[in-house]
Amino acid sequence: MENRPLEYDYTVAKMFMLTTIVLGIVGMTIGVFIAFELAFPGLNTIFGAGLAEYTNFSRLRPLHTDSVAFGFTVSGIFATWFYVGQRVLKVSMAESKFLMFIGKLQFWLYVIGVAAAVVTLFMGYTSSKEYAEFEWPIDIAIVIVWVLWGVSIFGLIGIRREKSLYISIWYYIATFLGVAMLYLFNNMEIPTMLATSAAGETNIGDWFHSISMYAGTNDALVQWWYGHNAVAFVFTVPIIAMIYYFLPKESGQAIYSYKLSLLSFWGLMFVYLWAGGHHLLYSTVPDWMQTMGSIFSIVLILPSWGSAINMLLTMKGEWQQVAASPLIKFMVLASTFYMFSTLEGPIQAIKSVNAIAHFTDWIVGHVHDGTLGWVGFMIIAALYHMAPRVFKRELYSKGLMAAQFWIQTLGIVLYFTSMWIAGITQGMMWRAHDEFGNLAYSFMDTVDVLHPYYALRGTGGLLYLVGFFMFAYNIYKTMSSRPVEESELQNASPMGA
Amino acid sequence: MDFYEFAPYAYFFLIVFLVVGSYSYIYHLYKNRKDASGVDYEHYSEMALKDDIGDTPVKPVSRDKEK
Repeated sequence: MENRPLEYDYTVAKMFMLTTIVLGIVGMTIGVFIAFELAFPGLNTIFGAGLAEYTNFSRLRPLHTDSVAFGFTVSGIFATWFYVGQRVLKVSMAESKFLMFIGKLQFWLYVIGVAAAVVTLFMGYTSSKEYAEFEWPIDIAIVIVWVLWGVSIFGLIGIRREKSLYISIWYYIATFLGVAMLYLFNNMEIPTMLATSAAGETNIGDWFHSISMYAGTNDALVQWWYGHNAVAFVFTVPIIAMIYYFLPKESGQAIYSYKLSLLSFWGLMFVYLWAGGHHLLYSTVPDWMQTMGSIFSIVLILPSWGSAINMLLTMKGEWQQVAASPLIKFMVLASTFYMFSTLEGPIQAIKSVNAIAHFTDWIVGHVHDGTLGWVGFMIIAALYHMAPRVFKRELYSKGLMAAQFWIQTLGIVLYFTSMWIAGITQGMMWRAHDEFGNLAYSFMDTVDVLHPYYALRGTGGLLYLVGFFMFAYNIYKTMSSRPVEESELQNASPMGA
Repeated sequence: MDFYEFAPYAYFFLIVFLVVGSYSYIYHLYKNRKDASGVDYEHYSEMALKDDIGDTPVKPVSRDKEK
């Protein structure tokens, strides 16, 4: 035992790879189902009126958003951290029994937290704040999981051999600090059992029920400061951490400009936190704050494109790799979708555009070209890169991966184009009026017009889900495919036909 | 001046500060090319490319040097 050379220990990374895939399947399946519910409302009562409570859109929607954001994506963040963190700090989890214990504890508490969240949301218990629906006992569990992750991050940094922190580590730290701050402040809540009503009632509602500490416009402001920055620190910052490691490593190319990566990092950190106000344009928040939300959203193009262009230029002179490797394809398209959605978002945040876009399906389209194209593709690519290295086997099938790529790309294109058309149609119809100012259309008129686009959106989502099952199968089969030598794992991942 | 009057001015000067700050940072990075310890910033990319546990760190922590 003593003479065995030191190796990276991927035990915890593998555990989180599993939850990434399982929760991805859960979240995306629910997503596809509720997309079809919008197109074909009969599906809301598919198991009969008695069970409609559990199958209707409004009950399942938070399950979809939370399981893809806090299940699939956060698992992906943890899985890649426990892989990338060790490698760029040049220290193995096997060197610290304490950190290994903390990592496993974090995993099992996370699983318990996810189970509690799924069950309570399914039963209809919610604090009614978007993307922060969990009741206070689950919030506390989430905080504990997060603190444990912090112990892992700073613990591993504490015993590192590489003095400098690679740019990905900066992004992981920012994810940790950003989410900690946002989650704590937005979930400040008072359990109703502790409150006394104006009429003098005490012990109101279930013991686990709570209400927000903020009220009215303040609550909305804090909520969208949180909501938008959840996009920042769950869907953007850690995904950049991934691409800054996995694209150079898989392609064997150094980052085009490390200096640009540092500059974009600070740009993103300073600007993102101020952009949340664009969710509240034309609402009761102060006008200057709305303008601030708009302007910071537009400024945000710069650091976002700084990272994205840096990634695309990393492939300079090596574009044949994009054609040759489906794994590189996933990452280059992820980066492209990042550029695309970080241009689209600021456009939607311009006040006059927002007047048409707000509350329409265009927003849903925007979120999904970001999450399916950027977040989904990058996490899929990261796991494909990790699989041969954690299992010491070649990837099961390159052909299957390529097929998955094209099926999912088609799915994304169908999704966002249908939502563009639906959203802008919707926005224009809502505003249309005759010469006397009477609205030209009723709400039902818009629903009739949108039906084909909703069906197309469901189809796009279904294609993406089919691709995700192909991904799960490919990873599953990788666990028993041809064993590989360490020398085959330097850069491009070994793949079977 | 109450808070609501102060806030928009604070917001304006924050933007000015961010613009000046980030341009100064770009200037600093490209002028010096190397950080305080004399390592070229671009050399840090190697941390991802040479990340086997036996690879030499770009900048080892001092306790390794002492050994």
